[in-house]
Amino acid sequence: MNDVPAAKGHAPSLQAIGMTKVFGPLRALDDVSINVDAGSFHALLGENGAGKSTLVKCIMGFYSGDKGQVLLDGQEVSIRSPRDARANGIGMVYQHFTLVPSLTAAENLVISRADAPDIIDWGKETRALAAFMDTMPFRVPLNAQVSSLSAGEKQKLEILKLLYLDQRFMILDEPTSVLTPGEADEMLGLLGGMAARKEITVLMISHKFREVKAFCDHFTVLRRGRFTGSGDAKTVSVADMSAMMIGDTPIRERSGRVQSAGGRDVLELAGVFADDNDGASVVKSVNLKVKAGEIVGIAGVSGNGQSALVEVLSGQRPLADGGIFIRGERFEPNRGAYDKFKVFGLPEEPLKNATVPKMSVAENIAFRSFDKPPVAKLGWWMSPGPMKAKARDLIARYRVKTQGPDAPIETLSGGNVQRAVLARELSGDVDVLIVANPCFGLDFASVSEIRSQIMEQRNKGAAVLLVSEDLDEILELSDRVAVMSGGTINYVSKIEDTDRNTIGQHMAGH
Amino acid sequence: MDNAVLTVLIAMLGGAIRVSTPFMFVALGETLTEKSGRINLGLEGNLVLGAMVAYATSYLTGSPWLGVLAAGMSGLFLGALHGYICKLPKVNDIAVGIAMMSFGTGLAFFFGKPFIQPQAPKLDSIPLGDWTGNPALAQALQVNPLFFVGIFLAVAMSWAFRNTKWGLIVRMTGDSAASAKAMGVSVDLVRFLATAAGGFLAGIGGAFLSLYYPGIWNQGLSSGQGLMAVALVIFARWDPIRAIFAALFFGAAGAIGPALQAVGITSGYYFFNAAPYILTLVIMIISAGSKASARDAPGELSITK
Repeated sequence: MNDVPAAKGHAPSLQAIGMTKVFGPLRALDDVSINVDAGSFHALLGENGAGKSTLVKCIMGFYSGDKGQVLLDGQEVSIRSPRDARANGIGMVYQHFTLVPSLTAAENLVISRADAPDIIDWGKETRALAAFMDTMPFRVPLNAQVSSLSAGEKQKLEILKLLYLDQRFMILDEPTSVLTPGEADEMLGLLGGMAARKEITVLMISHKFREVKAFCDHFTVLRRGRFTGSGDAKTVSVADMSAMMIGDTPIRERSGRVQSAGGRDVLELAGVFADDNDGASVVKSVNLKVKAGEIVGIAGVSGNGQSALVEVLSGQRPLADGGIFIRGERFEPNRGAYDKFKVFGLPEEPLKNATVPKMSVAENIAFRSFDKPPVAKLGWWMSPGPMKAKARDLIARYRVKTQGPDAPIETLSGGNVQRAVLARELSGDVDVLIVANPCFGLDFASVSEIRSQIMEQRNKGAAVLLVSEDLDEILELSDRVAVMSGGTINYVSKIEDTDRNTIGQHMAGH
Repeated sequence: MDNAVLTVLIAMLGGAIRVSTPFMFVALGETLTEKSGRINLGLEGNLVLGAMVAYATSYLTGSPWLGVLAAGMSGLFLGALHGYICKLPKVNDIAVGIAMMSFGTGLAFFFGKPFIQPQAPKLDSIPLGDWTGNPALAQALQVNPLFFVGIFLAVAMSWAFRNTKWGLIVRMTGDSAASAKAMGVSVDLVRFLATAAGGFLAGIGGAFLSLYYPGIWNQGLSSGQGLMAVALVIFARWDPIRAIFAALFFGAAGAIGPALQAVGITSGYYFFNAAPYILTLVIMIISAGSKASARDAPGELSITK
């Protein structure tokens, strides 16, 4: 099947030449070439939809490219399935983990081997794994169930798994999105060290210029399925890299921050507790006040209770204890109270949390107003005419790209779904705005626009609570920053009195 | 009075041993199937069809053990059918399970009519209590070999889930189909095999019903034991060893009614006979709110997703 034996013990080089992949009318990859030297720590940059994942999926054998060849150590290899990739020593760490949660770390490692024995001699395997771990730069508790490991440990275990399987060409898909800045730096530093010693070659998909500048030696940029540049990550400036990524897309100018005159407290969370679906406490005694005309950013690594907190505020999860107050009055998250207190929200994954995918854009936009005039008479008799008229107006004002108000909202792109939700939530008077990861997975142009809209609401006097896993977003938008770790807020500071490192340390729970 | 209590306790012990065996086999089969990430609610059908096939085979060939094997094969057939249908796109395993339950019992009643009257050779038991000199105890300790086979199977399954490649693959498929696929495991094939094997075990449970206790073939033979055994798997939190204890517990509960009648307490006879059913309901309510149960449930089950 393969001319080249699996890379054993040394870092291979990989070239992909003229890769092309067409999905129907879309040229997802158009004659893209990438050259990763042996022992290099190579960054693959590009916006969402630029073709990065299509390229690595072609290399991994998930897709067969329409054109193009892959060379490993200078010799052509044919990779038709992930199994072929594995046999050639090419492995990948995905954004979502591929570990089995109910198995222990050791069980996960042993069963991942193609030659796993029929009957496992745990005495022997444990000794072999211990010997293997001794040669590794980081370790993970082998006998713990994977479901009990932290995200950072899981990520390390994924990488250990690749090394255990002797896959020395590693593709990492945004590996640091679930890690604290400290954990991310530690892991990338260790991988960089292994690459420098020619033990592994790494191709890392990333959005974070800071990490690329700090750890990578080369980079390749894709935009809309085409190669737009490559170079030395140490010497090329961030501005040049982002120019290659964004191209000539016009970017709406960001709304400036208007100095606010220190409004009074509007939103107050008092000792908020919430449980997860299994009944374990995930939000523990959160106390926070947000003033009018202020953005309070909640930073934190994913899975530290932020999602549950947002779900409580948006009525998707019951409050276990404590209270939410708006201008001193108790706020029960239900439709009437949202209306009365003018509370609006942009939840994360808007298609899932803020829309009904199969309903039309007009209907989705009317969710806040379908029981009020002019859409409804007597509170229940709905007329589609005014509903559509309003939708048309908002679609135009918020530049939602859709085939029309009657198109199901699931047919829109991510950025346009978010714009439609924005149109629904922000077109009226807003007193309190609850935002969660508003720009996750969106392209540069949408990101910039959505952040401007949030800033505009703040300038108009709304109290904004912004929960985000993107520290740069928090640093850009917030007036004050709070850090959530282990379900509780352990640090609050004005944005001008803090910095990335301090926030990072608190994200790690220190 | 002491004597009566003793009689009831001995009867419950005997009941636990006798009545528990079909529960054991069905529950072990269902544990295997559910560990692979699929629910087969149709094991009641396997149980009834297994009982009929075992009785008929034993009657026609004169060999009860051949009957046990035939019952297993009939269960294997139903399990494989369930597994195959569930492989088709957009098929819901729970709906298929309910259909298979009706299909299995229907088949059994259709082909089983001629075997209601005749007497088929039964399975022999091993007398383990003769040394006690107590005839009641000796009778309670008449143990069918299938009881030990069930216990052995539970231990073997529990070991295999931890110590064999296949055990790990079944658990992997049941907990994270995405991971299994990423490792090149055919999720559908694993689930097909696990459902077929689970069906085989449930069929053997049926053979015990018709060839040992109560040792007859008629249409009211199982009275929902196959369904209760599925509930028992949740109670046992998908652990084969715990499934054995749960089966013994259910068996003992099932013996309360007859035991009380034996010592002359007839009031509430039907109520005590309903004990296993009430127990099933209570267990479902308790385990529905149990966090431990939620944690141990295989992640791919359609009820937990």
